[in-house]
Amino acid sequence: MNAIDPSRPEQYADVEIDYMALDKIIEEDFYNNKENLIMIIQAIQRRYNYLPEPSLKYIAAKMGVPLSRIFGIATFYSTFSLEPRGRNIISICLGTACHVRGGERVRERIEGSLNIKDGETTDEQRFTLETVRCIGCCSLGPVVKINEDVHGHISSDQVEKIMDRYE
Amino acid sequence: MRIGSIEDLDAIRREYRMKLYYPETIKVNIGMASCGIASGAKVSLEKAKNAFSGRNGVKVNQTGCIGFCEEEPLVEIFGAGKPRVIYKKITEDKILDTIQDYTEGNFNKKWILGQMNDPRSLLEGDIPNPMTDVTSLDEIPFLEDIPFYNKQFKIALRNCGYIDPDSIEEYITRGGYLAFVKALVDMDQKEIIQEIKDSGLRGRGGGGFLTGRKWETCAGHDGNRYIICNADEGDPGAYMDRSILESDPHSVIEGMLIAAAAIGSSQGFIYVRNEYPLAVKRLITAIKAAEKYGLLGKNIAGFDFNFNIKISTGAGAFVCGESTALMASLEGQVGRPRAKYVHTVEKGFRQSPSNLNNVETYANVPVILLKGAKNYAKIGADGSKGTKVFSLVGKIKNTGLVEIPMGLSLRDIVFDIGGGVPKKKKFKAVQTGGPSGGCIPEQFLDLGVDFDELNKVGSIMGSGGMIVMDQDTCMVDVARYFLDFLQEESCGQCTPCREGIKQMLDILTAICNGHGQGGDIERLGRLGNMIKKASLCGLGTSAPNPVLTTILYFRDEYELHIKDKKCPAGVCKPLFHYEIDRNACTGCTLCAKRCPEGAITGEKKKPHNLVQEKCIKCGICYDTCKFNAVVVK
Repeated sequence: MNAIDPSRPEQYADVEIDYMALDKIIEEDFYNNKENLIMIIQAIQRRYNYLPEPSLKYIAAKMGVPLSRIFGIATFYSTFSLEPRGRNIISICLGTACHVRGGERVRERIEGSLNIKDGETTDEQRFTLETVRCIGCCSLGPVVKINEDVHGHISSDQVEKIMDRYE
Repeated sequence: MRIGSIEDLDAIRREYRMKLYYPETIKVNIGMASCGIASGAKVSLEKAKNAFSGRNGVKVNQTGCIGFCEEEPLVEIFGAGKPRVIYKKITEDKILDTIQDYTEGNFNKKWILGQMNDPRSLLEGDIPNPMTDVTSLDEIPFLEDIPFYNKQFKIALRNCGYIDPDSIEEYITRGGYLAFVKALVDMDQKEIIQEIKDSGLRGRGGGGFLTGRKWETCAGHDGNRYIICNADEGDPGAYMDRSILESDPHSVIEGMLIAAAAIGSSQGFIYVRNEYPLAVKRLITAIKAAEKYGLLGKNIAGFDFNFNIKISTGAGAFVCGESTALMASLEGQVGRPRAKYVHTVEKGFRQSPSNLNNVETYANVPVILLKGAKNYAKIGADGSKGTKVFSLVGKIKNTGLVEIPMGLSLRDIVFDIGGGVPKKKKFKAVQTGGPSGGCIPEQFLDLGVDFDELNKVGSIMGSGGMIVMDQDTCMVDVARYFLDFLQEESCGQCTPCREGIKQMLDILTAICNGHGQGGDIERLGRLGNMIKKASLCGLGTSAPNPVLTTILYFRDEYELHIKDKKCPAGVCKPLFHYEIDRNACTGCTLCAKRCPEGAITGEKKKPHNLVQEKCIKCGICYDTCKFNAVVVK
């Protein structure tokens, strides 16, 4: 989870928020129910690929929830990102089974090859790198998930070839 | 149609029995749980559907997971009276040939895992064996004769891989919802609870609390009671709950319905990990189907009983597996645990009595009522009744999900079912209980696996992850790995957990980097015991377990790291280097070809050289060499 970087205002300047769509998520999909707050924030992230600040302020006002609580949720749970993410999300599994089968080496290779670390995005917004703890495909370890595709039995010298498939 | 009686269930069973066991066409069932899909099952399914889809007397269907993940994608093919054959590793390029292999009756042994005998129905004894007139094949083993399956006993996984998870009718055909409807008709609340108590069922999520007693306490508190299912399977290396939800979601819904009838509740929740999108999808389909049949909603089965289930997805927080944190998260809050001086069965979700069990626990419940508590209690060990599902992963030949009676020895699980460690490497330890558990060394391999025995050696049952480690696994690194995980996942409320884990991690990281000092082991021990005593919730009180057990059983490895600055397993990079054993090297050039840094040189058929300055210790040469000529120094 990365905090908003105030030195880079351009990162969320170009997102246009569709407030009608937010209203639909809050009211129709989740009945304006505060218990559904986490799922509302998930729905926003699915729509924008991250959580634009204006959208969080809007749900705070709309639902009468302090912004601090929303910010608390957005920073507590690991799936949320306050920064725009890349077109492709690489999730390196570092569950125990993948770890003992060399997941760490795969991570080093991908980090070195893209020159970014966990949670960061490449300059041209092509890849965001995330580490996850177990996606439940332990038999295929070490596993790397790119978007929705699970790549199993990966060795560190194959990663570049696989990443080439994603534009 | 709404189910109103046991007869209604019988009618569905009669109708779908033929489709399930005696299809008019050849039926191709492709295993479509996450493991299968990741190995390529979805592409196979589409290809097979395009080629046949009802034509040429072949019907293509999906099923869940039969557990043998190593051999995925698994495909079962059968027809009325014909053998039921399970083909293994059937990727897209082989699927059409496989179907042809079956229809032409060639039965290529190389592609076949085994044949299914009787997909033992729950109602065994109550209805005739549906498979009596199946022609079996000579020379092809039955699944139960294969080492991977022959010590298994399936209760929670009873339907996984046999039925289409999206078909409520197939679930009913296998005896589904019968236990629930019978309970509504024949039993009052106390009787159901007594039956669960008598069965000795203990919570499968890790703690091992007696399920019946939990239900009883919850039913004893007044208020709007809630039934909650913990499907936030956060232990890395454990995926049995995912498999049950993806392969047999109705078994969990039925278990929750029985709990609701026993405790007196009209609202249920399933809190499921966001990382399991397929499980969520299948659950939604299952809930809709159950609503359509009047098994969820108002006046269920014609009784004065209402129950609804809502799915809530987590957002990636390990600590939300803890009951109070999970309920906070359900309320739309940050998932921080609270002190449990008042238990959640009294004041939990919305400050009301809440009964929380995990997926596997609920999946066991219908079987207990159907077969009777006495019969259930005959299975398993003294203090731990029934079976437990384990995910057997890591350095093991047959990775997969196995369900075994409690009390089976670790040796049976790792070596007989799991086939031992691959590549002739030496077994070192097996890790159970996830980040809260411990590493069990070779000397305890004959230990019977149940809740109490695992506690005695410093580990826990946990949710059932069983990660096998071999000579190439560094135990100090494993301890560091778990603490790194826990440090990230600690909610940060209480100082012992937040600061203590960080301090332990700093010491371990220093040891792994070659900066270990005398006294570090003792410092880790002191810190660990303090964190265990003083932390607020289960995450903290169990966090030091992986470190304390590795110190207890693998102290020599710690000492080698600290005193000799050596990592004998070849994991901690600053503490080892690779060399080529010139006597063993055949000059096959494989390592030189694969080395990403060009650090290995040499002529064909002559011993190679490794240039230390260029080597980044990525380990590719070590894994590639077939002659053990790359050695860790």
